Amino acid sequence: MAGEKVEQRRRWREFWRRFSRNKLAVVGLGLVFMMFFTGIFAPWLAPYSYTDQNLDAVEQMPSLAHPLGTDELGRDQLSRIIWGARTAVIIAPTATFFGVSLGLLFGLLAGYYRGWVETVIMRFADILFAFPGILLAILIAATVQGRIEAWLKGFEALEGFVKAGFAQVLVVIVALSAVGWPGMARLVRGQVLSLREEQFVEAAWAIGARPWRVIRHHILPNAMVPIVVSVSMSMGGAIVAEAGLSFMGIGIRPPTPSWGALIIDNYSFWRSPAAPVLLWLPALIVGAMVAAFNFVGDGLNEALSPG
Amino acid sequence: MITYIVRRLLWLPFLLLIIAFTTFALGLYGPGDPVLVMLGQHANPEAADRVRHELGLDRPFLVQYADYVWKAIHGDLGESLKYRGQPVGRLMVNRLAVTVQFNAVVMAVGLAVGIPLGILAALNRNNLIDYFIVLLTVAGISLPVLALAPIAMWFLAARFHLLPSGGWDGIFSRQIIMPTLVLSIGPAAVFVRQTRANMLEVLGQDYVRTARAKGLREYTVIVAHALRNALIPLFTIFGLMLGGLVGGGIIIESIFGIPGIGRLVWDAFTARDYPVIMAYTLLVAVAYTMANLFVDVCYRFVDPRIHYG
Repeated sequence: MAGEKVEQRRRWREFWRRFSRNKLAVVGLGLVFMMFFTGIFAPWLAPYSYTDQNLDAVEQMPSLAHPLGTDELGRDQLSRIIWGARTAVIIAPTATFFGVSLGLLFGLLAGYYRGWVETVIMRFADILFAFPGILLAILIAATVQGRIEAWLKGFEALEGFVKAGFAQVLVVIVALSAVGWPGMARLVRGQVLSLREEQFVEAAWAIGARPWRVIRHHILPNAMVPIVVSVSMSMGGAIVAEAGLSFMGIGIRPPTPSWGALIIDNYSFWRSPAAPVLLWLPALIVGAMVAAFNFVGDGLNEALSPG
Repeated sequence: MITYIVRRLLWLPFLLLIIAFTTFALGLYGPGDPVLVMLGQHANPEAADRVRHELGLDRPFLVQYADYVWKAIHGDLGESLKYRGQPVGRLMVNRLAVTVQFNAVVMAVGLAVGIPLGILAALNRNNLIDYFIVLLTVAGISLPVLALAPIAMWFLAARFHLLPSGGWDGIFSRQIIMPTLVLSIGPAAVFVRQTRANMLEVLGQDYVRTARAKGLREYTVIVAHALRNALIPLFTIFGLMLGGLVGGGIIIESIFGIPGIGRLVWDAFTARDYPVIMAYTLLVAVAYTMANLFVDVCYRFVDPRIHYG
């Protein structure tokens, strides 16, 4: 038992040694931690509420009271950015989780069972690929929006959640997962197709291992590296996609702050001197987070790949 | 080879049928009513019903779908609900011309910038030039159009008045410079990354060493031996981007006021103009499928090791 623990710690140390060789990956990981920290502790970090309007102090430049200035309704920009991190922290991992889970399930089924299962699943993925991605997300979001809101209203206890914009968050998650899974399914299927030809898989079959056992113990562990890397990268993708949906007026709507919504809401300030804090900052944060997740993905790839 | 192409093409009608069905269903069960958008929220219900009847929107779902498919097979994609009396086909063709021109310029710029920078980075592996280019690439891949556009607009239009902030006046106008700049950064970065990676791989191959050992000039080695092989994988990206050419950027066209197909679809979505949305999804699906087929077929000629059954 103790030996196992030591072994595990040794592995972690080895992983970290290889991961930290890539300096950009370490920086990226730092940014990702910062995003999660800010998102989780938003209520304690934000100096103001994200809805507090102060019509005596609209469109202010940065000052001591408002370190990042205020928007056209006098809302504190810093607080809105901090609360925006919470939206990102909810949406990015959840949308990625569902997208990846669906993709993993379908990819494994298609690659392992081949035959008609594979045909049906991959044809379905083909169809989704041929759809213009953002338009499909918009159509799905628009279609499920009313239904999800009505459904959540049915639960008395969730009334507060609906008011807090939870329904919108759910809509975005549904839309992004629906659009996101085919890519993962293709990736996983490709991995499984090459692994099932390996001798250790054949050996497992030969001794009569059940399909689930073969998948769990022999195929999945060996297919894990590209999956983990793509999970990291699709987290950044989810943040951008959310911004795109906001731009279309779908998904996160005012007053719920999300980085995408902040860009869109303040778009009319593009020629104002306050543009750098009101508009560029959320835009650059989105860009920085995408870069951060990509760096972490690269770092994971280098740390986990053998050799 | 012919069988392969035919088999791939036979899938296309099924794909289009399913895509049309899905879009149709999402349109019908989605929120918003094109008739109410047309007549205003407080329209007389009888008038709304009459318009609905005229447009055939009161028929059962499957009847509407079958009718749409039947007409589409005969080349009639219906009439726009927003621009009454305008056939969708003609509406699309005009906008498509703008989008294709714009995207062609974007891709040309992306290639013209991306490939030389990629080669430059590979030849300067691990020195300052390489690091600088790689850093630019990372920024280019990460920064979404939505983030780049306002910054470019502020510097180039608001602050220094160098360029107009939007509009469209053909591909040889000043208006096209800024959107091209913003939109081509992404593709250029992808081309840099791929070219650099491929060049590095090819430069390590035996035939490059042989070429050098023969005493060929470095220029000949790079251009005739290395570059030719390094650019083949770029073909896939290029081909798939070609398919995306008709799609247009819904976001970028809205930001910069380019009257292309992306803009048309965005307007159609706000007006619930489903005939236009339908036609758009079908167009993108055809373009995507054909681009994929094109890439696969061409690959066979470029790389003789590949065989298709």
